Amino acid sequence: MACTTEDVVAALRRCAEVISEHRDELVELDREIGDADHGENLNRGFAAVVSAVDSTMPETPGAALKLAATTLISKVGGAAGPLYGTAFLRAATTVGDAAELDAPMVAKVLRAAMDGVVARGKAEQGDKTMVDALHPAVLAAESATEVPVGELLKAAATAASEGAAATVPLVARKGRASYLGERSAGHLDPGARSTELLLGAFAGGQR
Amino acid sequence: MKKIINDPATVVAEALHGLAVAHPERLRVTTDPAVIVRTDAPVAGKVAVISGGGSGHEPLHGGFVGSGMLDAACPGAVFTSPTPDQVQAAVTATDAGAGALLLVKNYTGDVLNFETAAELAEATGTPVRSVLIDDDVAVADSTFTAGRRGVGGTLLLEKIVGAAAERGTDLDGCARLAASVVAGVRSMGVALTAPTVPHVGEPSFTLGADEMEIGIGIHGEPGRARVPLEDADRLVARLVDAIVSDLPFVAGDRVILFTNSMGGTPLLELYLAHGIAERLLAERGIEVARRLVGPYVTSLEMQGMSLTLLRADDQLLDLWDAPVCTPALRWGM
Repeated sequence: MACTTEDVVAALRRCAEVISEHRDELVELDREIGDADHGENLNRGFAAVVSAVDSTMPETPGAALKLAATTLISKVGGAAGPLYGTAFLRAATTVGDAAELDAPMVAKVLRAAMDGVVARGKAEQGDKTMVDALHPAVLAAESATEVPVGELLKAAATAASEGAAATVPLVARKGRASYLGERSAGHLDPGARSTELLLGAFAGGQR
Repeated sequence: MKKIINDPATVVAEALHGLAVAHPERLRVTTDPAVIVRTDAPVAGKVAVISGGGSGHEPLHGGFVGSGMLDAACPGAVFTSPTPDQVQAAVTATDAGAGALLLVKNYTGDVLNFETAAELAEATGTPVRSVLIDDDVAVADSTFTAGRRGVGGTLLLEKIVGAAAERGTDLDGCARLAASVVAGVRSMGVALTAPTVPHVGEPSFTLGADEMEIGIGIHGEPGRARVPLEDADRLVARLVDAIVSDLPFVAGDRVILFTNSMGGTPLLELYLAHGIAERLLAERGIEVARRLVGPYVTSLEMQGMSLTLLRADDQLLDLWDAPVCTPALRWGM
C-alpha cells in the first residue's frame, strides 16, 4: 500500500490527537530537565496544523507536509518549532508533487527530515535530543523498503521508541537540558519522546 | 497556583493588551503575530534595533521599546522564544532602509527562530545582522552545552546599542558595538524559590525551604549547584567572585553594575544586596561608574536576584547616559 494525501492528512490529525493526549506528560518531562513548555507548544502547533488542513485541504502529500511545516514554524516557537518545522519542510521538498508515496520514498523522506533537524539544531546522535529517536527510525525505515508503507512506519516507530528510551541515561549536550550537565542523566528526553509519539501517530493508521 | 489571570492560554495576549493601553503614546502593539513597536517607527535613516524572547521576563523586552532603546520587541509564549513570523513582522514595521539589528539571547529556541527570521528578512532585501548575548557565567561554555545563556546583560546591551542607533550609527557600527558589549559583560543569578508557569500550574523546580540554586537561569533552569541558604554577605560574595573571576574584571576597571530582582525579591532586599556588591567591588579596586537596581529581567514571581557587570569605557558610559524613553527605563528626556 502506498501513502496518499488522505493518509498524510489523517496522520497529521493523529499527530494532533496523540500530542494532545500526551501534552501533560511532555510538559512534565520538560519540567524535569528543561523549561516545561514542550507539551504546550507542540499541542498549540498541531492544533493549528489541524485547523490549517481543514481550511486549506491540501491536494498532494507534499502540500500537506509543507502546510504542516509552515504552521509549526509560525505557531510553536521554542526549539521544537524550527526543528519539527524544518523536518516537515525537508520532507515536503523530498516528496515534491508525487501523488502517492511508496516505501522507498517514505524512507527517503524520513532521512531528509532527520538531515534537516541535524542541519538546523547541530545535534548528533547521543546528545540526548530528538535525533536519538529519529536516527534509529531512519535506519529501520531504510532496511524495510521492501514491505508496505504501514509496516515500514511501524518498524520506524518501534526503533524510535527504543531510541527515545535509550536517552534516559544520557547526559544532554544540546538544548536547554545541557545546562544541567550530569544532572540531566536519568531523565527521558522530551524531544525524543515527542518524536517517538509523532512517528507512532504516523504508523498508527497505516495498513 | 495563585495568579491574577483568567485563562493560562490568554495570559500573554491579555498582558499585551494591558501594555498597549498603558502606554499608548510610546507603543503600538499588534497581535497575530504579536509585536510591540515604538509609535514613531520606522524612524527615517535609523537602524532598527529589535529583540524578543519568551514572555515572563517583564519588563524585558517590551518595556524597553521606545526612543533610545528598542524599535520593536517580539514576545513569545511564557518562557518560549517568539516565532520567525513575529520577528519578520517586527523588521517590516521598523525597517527604515538602514537595516535591522537583532539582539538575541543565547538559547537554542531563540537562536533557531531568529536565525530563520533573519534568512526570511534578508530574502526580502532588508540587511539584517544578529548578535547573540551570552553573559551568564553560571553555564560552562563548551561544545558540550548549548553555550552560555543570555540574562541580565541583555538590558545593558539593548540600552547601549539602542542609544547608538538613535544617534545614527550604521548597521555595521551597531553590530560591532553590540559585540564589544557582549565581550565585556558578565552576570550570575541565584534563586530562592521557583517560578510557576501559568500553563504548567506548578513550580518549575523544587527547592527545599533552606536551599537556594546558585547560577539560576531566567526560566528556572538549574545552574551550578544547589546549596544551603546563606546570609546576604556570603551569597552576594559568591556572585561577585564568580563574575569578577570570569572576565576577569581587575582593579582599575570601571563598570556599570546592574543589581536585578528576578521578580519575587523585594527592593528592600535588593538594595541590601546592592550595597554589599558595591562594597565588595570597591575592595577589589573596581570602580562602579553607573548602577541600576530593580526588577528588570525577571522570571515570573521567582524570588532571587542576579548581578551584572559591564566593563565600560567613556564611550559606553556616554551611550548609557544618553536619553531613553521607554515604559520601564526613562531618563534624560
